[in-house]
Amino acid sequence: MHDESQSQHHPVDSARTYAAILATLLFLTILTTVVAYVDLGYFSTVIALAIACTKMLLVALFFMHIRHSTKLTKLVVVGGLLWLAILLLLTLTDFATRTWTGVPGR
Amino acid sequence: MADHSHTETIDLRVQFDTPEQQKDCSTLGMWIFLITEIMFFGGMFAAYTIYRQNYPEVFAIASTSLNAKIGAFNTCVLLFSSFTMVMAVRAGQLGKQKAIVGWLILTLIFGGAFLGVKGIEWHEKFVEHHIPGQAEFHLEGLPAGEQGHAQIFFSLYFSMTGLHALHMVVGAGMLIWLLLEARKGTYSAKYFTPIDVGGLYWHFVDIIWIFLFPLLYLIDRHLKV
Repeated sequence: MHDESQSQHHPVDSARTYAAILATLLFLTILTTVVAYVDLGYFSTVIALAIACTKMLLVALFFMHIRHSTKLTKLVVVGGLLWLAILLLLTLTDFATRTWTGVPGR
Repeated sequence: MADHSHTETIDLRVQFDTPEQQKDCSTLGMWIFLITEIMFFGGMFAAYTIYRQNYPEVFAIASTSLNAKIGAFNTCVLLFSSFTMVMAVRAGQLGKQKAIVGWLILTLIFGGAFLGVKGIEWHEKFVEHHIPGQAEFHLEGLPAGEQGHAQIFFSLYFSMTGLHALHMVVGAGMLIWLLLEARKGTYSAKYFTPIDVGGLYWHFVDIIWIFLFPLLYLIDRHLKV
C-alpha cells in the first residue's frame, strides 16, 4: 500500500523542489514590494504585473502540477486564460475609445 | 472494451476504466470550475482597471493609504500555506497518512493567520473612516469633491479582498473536512484525489491574492516617495 510505484499516476516531486519554489515566491514578493517604491513611471505597473505573472506560473506549474497534467487539462487551462484575455481586452477597448467620437453622454 | 465486472472501490468507480482515468477526470472537472472562478474574479479586475484609469490620482492616494508591509507579510503567509498544502498532496501521493494530517493542520494555521491579519487591516479601515458608504467617510489629502471617487476605490478594495477572504473561509472548511477524512484513514497512495483537487482550489485562491496584492497595495507607491 505504501509502495511508491502504485502512487505514480504522475511523478512525485521532491520536497526540495517545492521548498525551492517557495523560496523563489517569497523572494519575488519582497522584490515586488521593494521595486514598488522606485519611480519607474509606467514601468512600475508593468514590472509589478510581470512579477505577479511569474509567481502565478510557478504556482500553477509546480504547486498545481500543471507540468505533469494531461494535454486536455493543459488545453483547458490555456483556453480559460484566453477567455479571460477576451473579457479584459474587449471591455477595455470599449471604455478606452468611448470619448474618441466626441458624441456626448458617453 | 473495458472489463466492467470488477467490484466498485473508492479509487475505481464502475464508470472508469482505470484509476488514472478517474483521477484525471476529477482534476479536469476542478479546472473547469476554477476557470469559471477566474472569469468571476476577472470581471472585478476589469472594473478595477477601468475605474483606476478614470481616476488615477484619487486611486494613487487611496492605494497608498493601505499598509504595504502588512500586505507583503500576508502574501508570504499565504505562500507558506500553499507550500504546506502541496506537501499534504505529496504526503497523499506517498500514502503517508500522519504526514497528510500534519501538513493539512499547518495549512489551516497559515490560512487562519492570513484571515486574522486581514481582519486587523479591515478594522483599521473602520477606525480611519475609510469605509465606503460611511456618513463620516473621509480620505486625507483629497478635496470634498473627490471623496466619492475615493469611495469607489475602497468599494473595490473591500469587495475584492472580501470575496477573496470568503474563498479562504470556504477553503478552510474544505481543509477541516479533508482533515477529518484523513484522520479516519480514508486516503492512501491509491486514493488521495480529494486532497489533490482541494489543493488546486487552495492554490487558485493564492494566485488571486498574488494579483490583488500588487494591484491594490503597490502599483502607485512610487508616486508618493
